[in-house]
Amino acid sequence: MEHSALLVDWSRAQFALTALYHWLFVPLTLGLTFIVAIMETIYVKTGDEKWKTITKYWMGLLAINFAIGLATGIIMEFEFGTNWSNYSWIVGDIFGAPLAIEGLMAFFMESTFFAVMFFGWNKVSKKMHLTSTWLVAIGSNLSALWILLANGWMQHPVGMYFNPDTARNEMQDFSAIFFNPNGVSKFLHTISSGYVLASLFVIGISAWYLLKKRDLQFARRSMLVAASFGLITSLFMLTTGDEAAHQVALTQPMKLAAMEGLYRGEDRAGIVAIGLLDTTKEIGDEVEPFVFSFEIPGALSFLGYHNLNAFVPGLDDLVYGNKKHNIMSVKEKMVEGKKAITALGEYKQYKKAGDMPHAMAALKLFEANEKYMGYGYLKDPKDAVPSVALSFYSFHTMVGLGTWFILLFILVLYFTMTNEMHNKKWLLYASLFTLPFGYVAQEAGWITAEVGRQPWAIQDMLPVGMATSNVATTSVMITFWLFAILFTGLLIAEVKIMLKQIKIGPEGE
Amino acid sequence: MEYDSPMKINFSKKIRFIYDLYYDGFVNMRVGKTLWILIFMKLFILFVIIKWLFFPDVMQENFKTDKARSAYILQQLTQESK
Repeated sequence: MEHSALLVDWSRAQFALTALYHWLFVPLTLGLTFIVAIMETIYVKTGDEKWKTITKYWMGLLAINFAIGLATGIIMEFEFGTNWSNYSWIVGDIFGAPLAIEGLMAFFMESTFFAVMFFGWNKVSKKMHLTSTWLVAIGSNLSALWILLANGWMQHPVGMYFNPDTARNEMQDFSAIFFNPNGVSKFLHTISSGYVLASLFVIGISAWYLLKKRDLQFARRSMLVAASFGLITSLFMLTTGDEAAHQVALTQPMKLAAMEGLYRGEDRAGIVAIGLLDTTKEIGDEVEPFVFSFEIPGALSFLGYHNLNAFVPGLDDLVYGNKKHNIMSVKEKMVEGKKAITALGEYKQYKKAGDMPHAMAALKLFEANEKYMGYGYLKDPKDAVPSVALSFYSFHTMVGLGTWFILLFILVLYFTMTNEMHNKKWLLYASLFTLPFGYVAQEAGWITAEVGRQPWAIQDMLPVGMATSNVATTSVMITFWLFAILFTGLLIAEVKIMLKQIKIGPEGE
Repeated sequence: MEYDSPMKINFSKKIRFIYDLYYDGFVNMRVGKTLWILIFMKLFILFVIIKWLFFPDVMQENFKTDKARSAYILQQLTQESK
């Protein structure tokens, strides 16, 4: 049964708050572990003690970020059990297995290799210490793999069978889930964005030292590693982003249309590089979607389908259908979905009454329409459309900032290599002030992915309104504010401790 | 300085090595002490206060068996069709 809109909205807001805060800590760990491992590798290869100082300094900041971020993700698991219990039951072992692997992997990695990395400097050989540092980097990234595969499955469910007797999805093909193109591209794009953020973090803080004219050699060396790592990984991020968009076009066309504010489908569709949405625009009306826009012709067709002339369906085509391009309307899907829901109910009743022939007939009808089951819960075809403004602006913020980051890495790398960086004040300030925008881009990417797939908790299968638990709205509201206070406190603590350590500098190590 | 590989030393030395690794690590921490205080405070708030007071496992608390849980979810999923 669908719950009140207020309960659903508060449950969503709470999950969004915890995920957004959790995501402030995770990407830095994903990237900084690799940067630290690269720095330590240089130390071991060259034997230059300065590199050891550099490595230990960044490792210290990594420790602060790790400690403050630790267990912030566990709250989402609490929420699954309490606020999203219907969803948790229905996803069954598809979600449970990756989360369990992630938990075990994180626990064992953190309690062993992290300890050697932080405590083992004078206890184990250089090579063993270096191995531990690399294993921490690889392990923390593999830990992210499982959670992102689970998320990829929600965006494009594959490799499972919905058991009508238990109301759970059962894993049928682990490899289909593991190699789900949506999950793989999401994982690669997410971790590469973490590498970019960590590079911006190292560059930004190093720029501050150069502006203060202190620890110059330390700052230059740190910048060299971070800019090289940032440039390589940002180019990788560009390709993984392209693949992620291609997967969205294939499996979540509504999300792609919302990300681009595309209402009427087009051949050779363009990407809006810069645009301002008209807030009065509604699905199906004749109002132009943009007050103004600058478009790159054919780019969306190419991004989505790797073909400059491909047809990209717009929101109107997806909601009302487009016979020419064989696109079913949401209304038609809602009819099919309702048939599936009715058939599932009949199957249950016939089976309870022991009428197996009728039960089997109902099951057959359910399986024939199961693909659109989720649409049967929608009240209006327009409910299938996510927030266009939020999807469009968050996507364009992410892409715009990502483009700037690549340019910044090129400039920083060039001027660091020519030993002119300390004289380029404008670039040092740009590096310093870009750091918070690294976090903005991270959050914008998350909003694009998660808001763009609304109203689905599981794509086409389960809308968020059906996924929530029947709990008191006030309880969700109270915990929302509790989390807001807790996380804000943690964030303030992180920033304060980090700033203190940055002011002390590498020589304090 | 030469180090014995933890892999090559005998069991009791291995245990001693691991104990020393953690003991010395914790004792010599500077910022780490503040971080551990924060970690324990956070875990206390999360697991003792928030989880205990506000986050019961709804399905575990309200239903005793998986059969009852399945029946409830099926009822939720199919109620819309009536």
